[in-house]
Amino acid sequence: MHNLERNTVIRARGLSKIYREGATELRALQEVDLDVRAGELTLLMGPSGSGKTTLLSILGCILRASAGTLELLGEEVSALPETELPRIRRDAIGFVFQGFNLFPTLTATENVALALDVRGHRGAAAKKRAEELLAEVGLAQKARSFPADLSGGQKQRVAIARALAGDPPILLADEPTAALDSTSGRAVIELLQKLARVHGRAVVMVTHDPRVLPFGDRIIQLEDGRIVQGETSLADTLEKSPFLEPPTGEQISQVLSI
Amino acid sequence: MGLLARRNLFHDKVRFAVTLTGIVFALVLIIIQFGLFLGFTTTTSNNIDHSNADLWVVFHGVGYFDTGRNFSERKYYEVLSTPGVERAEKYMQAFGRWKRPDGRVENIQVIGFHPGSGLGEPWNVVQGSVADLKEEDSVFVDELYREKLGVEKIGDRVEIGDHRARVVGFTRGIRSFTTSPFVYATFKSSLDYTNPASSEDSTAYILVKASPGVSPAALQKRLHDRLTDVDVYTTAEFSRKTRFYWMFTTGAGLAVLTAALMGLVVGVAVVAQTIYAATMDHIREYGTLKAMGATNRYLYRVLMEQAVWSAVLGYGLAMIVAHFIVQASEKGGAIILMPWSMSLGMLVLAVVMCIAAALVSINKVTRIDPAMVFRG
Repeated sequence: MHNLERNTVIRARGLSKIYREGATELRALQEVDLDVRAGELTLLMGPSGSGKTTLLSILGCILRASAGTLELLGEEVSALPETELPRIRRDAIGFVFQGFNLFPTLTATENVALALDVRGHRGAAAKKRAEELLAEVGLAQKARSFPADLSGGQKQRVAIARALAGDPPILLADEPTAALDSTSGRAVIELLQKLARVHGRAVVMVTHDPRVLPFGDRIIQLEDGRIVQGETSLADTLEKSPFLEPPTGEQISQVLSI
Repeated sequence: MGLLARRNLFHDKVRFAVTLTGIVFALVLIIIQFGLFLGFTTTTSNNIDHSNADLWVVFHGVGYFDTGRNFSERKYYEVLSTPGVERAEKYMQAFGRWKRPDGRVENIQVIGFHPGSGLGEPWNVVQGSVADLKEEDSVFVDELYREKLGVEKIGDRVEIGDHRARVVGFTRGIRSFTTSPFVYATFKSSLDYTNPASSEDSTAYILVKASPGVSPAALQKRLHDRLTDVDVYTTAEFSRKTRFYWMFTTGAGLAVLTAALMGLVVGVAVVAQTIYAATMDHIREYGTLKAMGATNRYLYRVLMEQAVWSAVLGYGLAMIVAHFIVQASEKGGAIILMPWSMSLGMLVLAVVMCIAAALVSINKVTRIDPAMVFRG
């Protein structure tokens, strides 16, 4: 497991992303500077179209920035050839998606084992490791269940177990609680927080969900492709968990200075 | 990846059934067309291939079996006197008219040979004995043509070219490519049946058996140097010329091969469409795999494994269907042959066909933008 030092594992400088279609040009991201440290849960927030998912995709090396540089674990990746990016994703990054993106024809164990298979780990050892990961997310008893037989929260926990398959220092989550009820959402966010604080991973999470605010160590606010408010901590600000008592819009606005 | 390939392939049973149906349809079509081609090819030269002769002496310029042209039997004696010839027999092939007991007339191909010579005799005799042909006006026919020729049993009487004839035996599976059934008779009777005015001193072919220790090729050269106005072929050469004529000069073989090619194209199209549709159904999963760091090579292998599974299972079903069709063809006028080499070839073809079909999907998967996994 990675050390608990608050070292920077993601360093982005001047990241821009421009989508072009004919003469039309859309600036999805503009001159974004960002440092993400291990052991922290970083929340990326902002209205729809603000560039959150674009930024997450670039940080996850599945989208190329139009300009700027990106360092992951000290390696400059923005200049790497396309063929090198799958290696970076396998070795450094775990993804958690809003829609879970589990493989419906595979059991929970097989879904996790598939992520190990992609990394070249197969056979009984891979199966055992997949079962261990499911146990870590509290789903040992659902190891043989297919996604269709799991609740939303359970599916997301399987997805998190799958994201952990490569033991990545970076976890990128795209609205992981959006499709979940409050109880399941709380379980998932607590798990992600634990993965950051206890296991020392850098967790970056795109969210619209105000209930997760108290769990974030840092909040990055995006608007029109720019960071308009960075380095805000809500966890210390709100004393009560929003899952027990959701924050009011006024509270959030105050904190984010919107 | 193998598990994912299999699960995704077998998960949607209806789609998989459609895929298998496409593969089976294509393979059976190809098997039938190639089998017919092989059957036709074998049929065109069956009398040559079963002649037990080493060499065939034919009138100069005769390119294939069914157009034998008579030449003087002096050649026959020249052949007999050639060193290295163990045995030689005159052999006749000519078209004739068969008058059924009910008066209907059918065209036939009369084969004249010397019973007991061991050269040019009918094979697969299932009723009667070749020796029975030594009786005057007796003939052998194939049981496939019983109905066409209007005969049922040994002893039935007919007329061939205004001469009486009596059926004394039946063969099994000697088909005629020209659709005019072969009728076997003695050399002398064959002349009477086909051209009563022709001289007994002529023959359409001379079948030659080389002496032990004499190579057919060496004897062929010797005969070629000695005889004029005739061509001398080894049995294999004459067989090949006859097959080539019917299959390629007439266009019959090309038509069958074209149909087989069409089967292949249709098969690839059907399989490509179904594999592509299945891939599109799972496109988000492939995107997820790419986001997880799977290389294109990894995704290829998933699709390839699905293609190979489809091919092997489709092949197995196709062989079962083809087996029944081939069996049924044995009782018909056109036989479909499926030698083991063709069965093996079909397996290779099935795999190649399915992989070719999967290439369309591979192209699609290669171009997946992994960022799609973040879109709702």
